[in-house]
Amino acid sequence: MDTYSFLRQLADSWVLLAMTLFFLGVIVWAFRPGSAKVHAETASIPFRNEVKPGSVEAPAEERPKTKELQS
Amino acid sequence: MENYIKLVVLGLITLIAAIGANWGRDVAYVVHAIIIMLVSGFLFVRTLRLTDEPVRAVATDGYMDDVVRAGVIATTFWGVVGFLVGVVIAFQLAFPSLNFEFLQPFGNFGRLRPLHTSAVIFAFGGNALIMSSFYIVQRTCGARLWGGNLSWFVFWGYNLFIVLAATGYLLGSTQSKEYAEPEWYVDIWLTIVWVAFLAVYLGTIFKRKEKHIYVANWFLLSFIITVAMLHIVNNLSVPVSIWGSKSVQLFAGVQDAMTQWWYGHNAVGFFLTAGFLGMMYYFVPKQAGRPVYSYKLSIIHFWALIFLYIWAGPHHLHYTALPDWASTLGMVFSIILWMPSWGGMINGLMTLQGAWDKLRTDPIIRMMVISLAFYGMSTFEGPMMSIRAVNSLSHYTDWTIGHVHSGALGWNGMITFSALYFLTPKLWGRAQMHSMSAINWHFWLATIGIILYAASMWVTGIMEGLMWREVDANGFLVNSFADTVSAKFPMYVVRGLGGVMYLTGALIMAWNIFMTAKGGARQKAFVGVPAE
Repeated sequence: MDTYSFLRQLADSWVLLAMTLFFLGVIVWAFRPGSAKVHAETASIPFRNEVKPGSVEAPAEERPKTKELQS
Repeated sequence: MENYIKLVVLGLITLIAAIGANWGRDVAYVVHAIIIMLVSGFLFVRTLRLTDEPVRAVATDGYMDDVVRAGVIATTFWGVVGFLVGVVIAFQLAFPSLNFEFLQPFGNFGRLRPLHTSAVIFAFGGNALIMSSFYIVQRTCGARLWGGNLSWFVFWGYNLFIVLAATGYLLGSTQSKEYAEPEWYVDIWLTIVWVAFLAVYLGTIFKRKEKHIYVANWFLLSFIITVAMLHIVNNLSVPVSIWGSKSVQLFAGVQDAMTQWWYGHNAVGFFLTAGFLGMMYYFVPKQAGRPVYSYKLSIIHFWALIFLYIWAGPHHLHYTALPDWASTLGMVFSIILWMPSWGGMINGLMTLQGAWDKLRTDPIIRMMVISLAFYGMSTFEGPMMSIRAVNSLSHYTDWTIGHVHSGALGWNGMITFSALYFLTPKLWGRAQMHSMSAINWHFWLATIGIILYAASMWVTGIMEGLMWREVDANGFLVNSFADTVSAKFPMYVVRGLGGVMYLTGALIMAWNIFMTAKGGARQKAFVGVPAE
């Protein structure tokens, strides 16, 4: 089989399957139990370290909560 | 010791550039050799004067913001230059006599047009991306930029690339690939600078104090990596002579066309979308004072965008020698892309939930919202235009130009302006911008300018497409090409006026940034009156 046909078949079958599964896996991983807490913590990163490394802009309790935590 | 190596390298570069200035086979190459000779000669003398001198202590505990400040100035400067050239070529299309005889061939539309596109995309947009990624990555990692002065090399190296590209276009050096016009040696230089950019960025992420990598960094990192890949593959070429600017592409025919539009569309997808989304995911939450609406949605937005965009390129090649399956693939992926794009837009807009009142009081938030609105609009328009039937009407018409500009002026321009307004007071230690009402003026001038631009291009594009396909009862074409050109004149003038308004807004911004950097805040921020 020439290189083109081989690559074409590989792309249409196993690579397509692998990429689709990876993508679906990412979505499932985003919704895993306990992710809301991690995401809330990560989403609040921009509100730290503003002036210099380690500085805090607003105290943690005054910081607005993300949607995940409100619900 | 390090300085001795630097001196050897700089001396060699200066020597080779001097030889190139003598032996160069074309004007562009000679001028570029002289520019490189002067730059490396200047650096040689500068390094020499610093060698074996006591080293000045540099504070390394805080953030490295000097390079971001320089980026703010460069972004503003290139923005004004790019918009100005855009206005000039818009009026050249309306009034061809503006291609002045005494300026030929340098002031010709054909040479000014790539100057405009590269100035706005790579000079204005690129400096905005480099500057904000340096700012964002430090804040979201809680770490100083990695690599010491390497970030200065990235800044000056990138701007040298822009000067080489721009002067090259005017002097007729181009490899005729849209948005990838610079010739081989300029491409090699950009590759070196880009690798340094990636090193600074990754190095900073590696030494981060935060446990997680904030979503803005995912977008910015994907922009840096993908642009490197696109740039290298699309610029595979063999120079005819190392003393001349002409090169020959490795790909030919339809493979070359496909590679070019794989590059071209992903330049839109990863330079103008992923990179600017990285800015959006940092600056919008910061300005609104609230975390991003849904972090889960931002993760899905990111991966969906990465997985889909890379396939969309073939929709630029409907009805060409490209196989039908390839252009259908591009079309299908473009339509699927609509969903993640709107997911991202909704995520940005909904970040304002609970803070919508700021829309009345904060002109910077208003700019961010209009920018997201244009992002949503052009990511709906794009998939629609990629459908083969719609494309048969829209392709090669000014509708495409209108679409590009609603995305570039609306989404990229507005989010960059709001980032500049966010950063300038912080970087120069002021309470706020010098004049808040000037931001308001900028907002309205830019918005009305875009609307004039996009609306006139819709009208003229669809009209032109319909005129081209109009046939009489016997099956003969009704209109000649020149008929469409004369019918488009009024819309061309309106488009030029829209450009003038957008440029005026940018000039007001440049003045505002200069005044903020120079002196303190004179005017108070708008104090909102709550709705009764």
